[in-house]
Amino acid sequence: MSRKTVYTIFIHILGWSIALIWIIPFFGVLMTALRPLPEIIHGWWRFESFTPSFANFIEAWNHPTAALGVGMRNSLAIAIPATLSPILVASIAAYALARFRFRMRNLLFVAIVALMTLPQQMIALPIFRLMSDLRLLDTYLGLIIVHTAWGIPWILFFLRNFFATLPVEIEEAARVDGASDLRIFFRIVLPMSIPALVSAAVLQFMWVWSDFFLALILMYTPSQLLATQRIPLLRGQFHVDWGVLSAGTILVMAVPVLVFAFLQRYYIKGMVGWSTK
Amino acid sequence: MNRLRNTRRSLFLVPALALLTAFVIYPVVNTVYLSFVSSEGAFNFPGNYINVLSSRDIVDLRGFTRGFPFGALIHNLIWIGIHLPLTTFLGLFLAVVLRNVKGSTFIKSTIFLGMVIPMIVGGVLLRFMFDKDAGILNAFLGAVGLTTKSWTAYPDTALLALIFGSVWLWTGFSMVLYSAGLGTIPKEVYEAARVDGATPWRMFFKITIPLLRPITIVVITMTVLWELKIFDIVYVATAGGPGRASNVLALQMYQYAFRSRIFGFNEAAVVSTLLMLITLGVAVPMIVSIVRKERR
Repeated sequence: MSRKTVYTIFIHILGWSIALIWIIPFFGVLMTALRPLPEIIHGWWRFESFTPSFANFIEAWNHPTAALGVGMRNSLAIAIPATLSPILVASIAAYALARFRFRMRNLLFVAIVALMTLPQQMIALPIFRLMSDLRLLDTYLGLIIVHTAWGIPWILFFLRNFFATLPVEIEEAARVDGASDLRIFFRIVLPMSIPALVSAAVLQFMWVWSDFFLALILMYTPSQLLATQRIPLLRGQFHVDWGVLSAGTILVMAVPVLVFAFLQRYYIKGMVGWSTK
Repeated sequence: MNRLRNTRRSLFLVPALALLTAFVIYPVVNTVYLSFVSSEGAFNFPGNYINVLSSRDIVDLRGFTRGFPFGALIHNLIWIGIHLPLTTFLGLFLAVVLRNVKGSTFIKSTIFLGMVIPMIVGGVLLRFMFDKDAGILNAFLGAVGLTTKSWTAYPDTALLALIFGSVWLWTGFSMVLYSAGLGTIPKEVYEAARVDGATPWRMFFKITIPLLRPITIVVITMTVLWELKIFDIVYVATAGGPGRASNVLALQMYQYAFRSRIFGFNEAAVVSTLLMLITLGVAVPMIVSIVRKERR
């Protein structure tokens, strides 16, 4: 066997073993969620008996104090508007930043990039008071507004970089034909940018869905709590009910995992940015 | 005519800037202000900072003689010290190795899964992995005759368990970025080097690593920012305990603001401001490199 063949076999064994190690915890929660407590009490990896059921999922979904069915509906009610509105607002601004010349444009760009690195803790306290003053504390609208504002910097940055790669000739031709800036943006630029808009939407949706900190601060009525907020509540006060907790984590992660599975191309493009292509 | 057009064009920016000003920039300024005043609103600098820093919650030098806790800031630094090199090198290693493996798309997706799931779920999974009875790690350790325990439940291992566990969650990030970066290096560069008689190792260190430099800056910056902002994982897995042994800055801020009997919003604002100063400091090289790319 040549050295190259040995190397090829070696890296295949290595690569697939790493994948196996990486997937074990996920397989573990799946097994724990699917099986009754007596079967997993000595470890989910024992398979002397195997009686899968959805009992844990149903219990997590209808949990008496932290029903995930309600939580996931609440999370969707937040995540969908909190995905669409920042994209609308930021895309218009991103177009201006990419195409129009105006004073302080560079300063604005630097500020946007700096805002992307902010920790959420830096806005938490004033946001809490502001929402309280506006009577938006503990409301979906309040959380949607905060997520919208919080998402604007990175979406603006991302879309501006994309718009800058579009050929300017089409827009100029339309302008010669007398089309207004707004019309050019909505009729020409946005339709050409659908892949980038999908990337931005996928990432923003996943972040809003996964958010825990802002929800923790702004939502507190038990019936309004989001899916991520209900996960710690599923744990149980004195002993951990791993079956129900595992089922709950699977339900909550299923949404972003499915989005990732179907829109992986857009997700990775968004993550890596359009600048490296 | 031209002025009218410019006015109309600046309207494009108004909704975004209005939202940013009201709900991001004003809160940031207000947080800094809160850190300078007492709860009654009287100017109190550096009083709040002294209170917070002398509380031993942020830096606890006694840790160096007695063990955990070291204070939230030191815990974040330990997190960076262990997690950053591990995830960066492991991600680069996987990106390079998996290029020539059949089924690498599937393997990469598996490793990247940790990035896709909500971090609150990630924290539960870590706790599950390290649990004495339910966790697979202890089954392995028990099988080879080592001690088994709930690693997240003891002061001397809680933080380290979370750090090593979070390597599992985050490695997908650097792997995916490096994979994308490797794809941008033209094959001709390697072929030319091979013709000149360069060994694979030499090519890796003299071609691959230097050409990946811009990616490395992004990977390191984003990873450090993530390590500094870490909250959900610790909140759900250990709540910063036991005895604050796994506390981190973001969680300390939350506890001061909403859970502490002694401290309140003003002390929490101090922690936030310190956290922001550190994150900004870390992000400067990336910001400079982005802006410089614009100028060209």
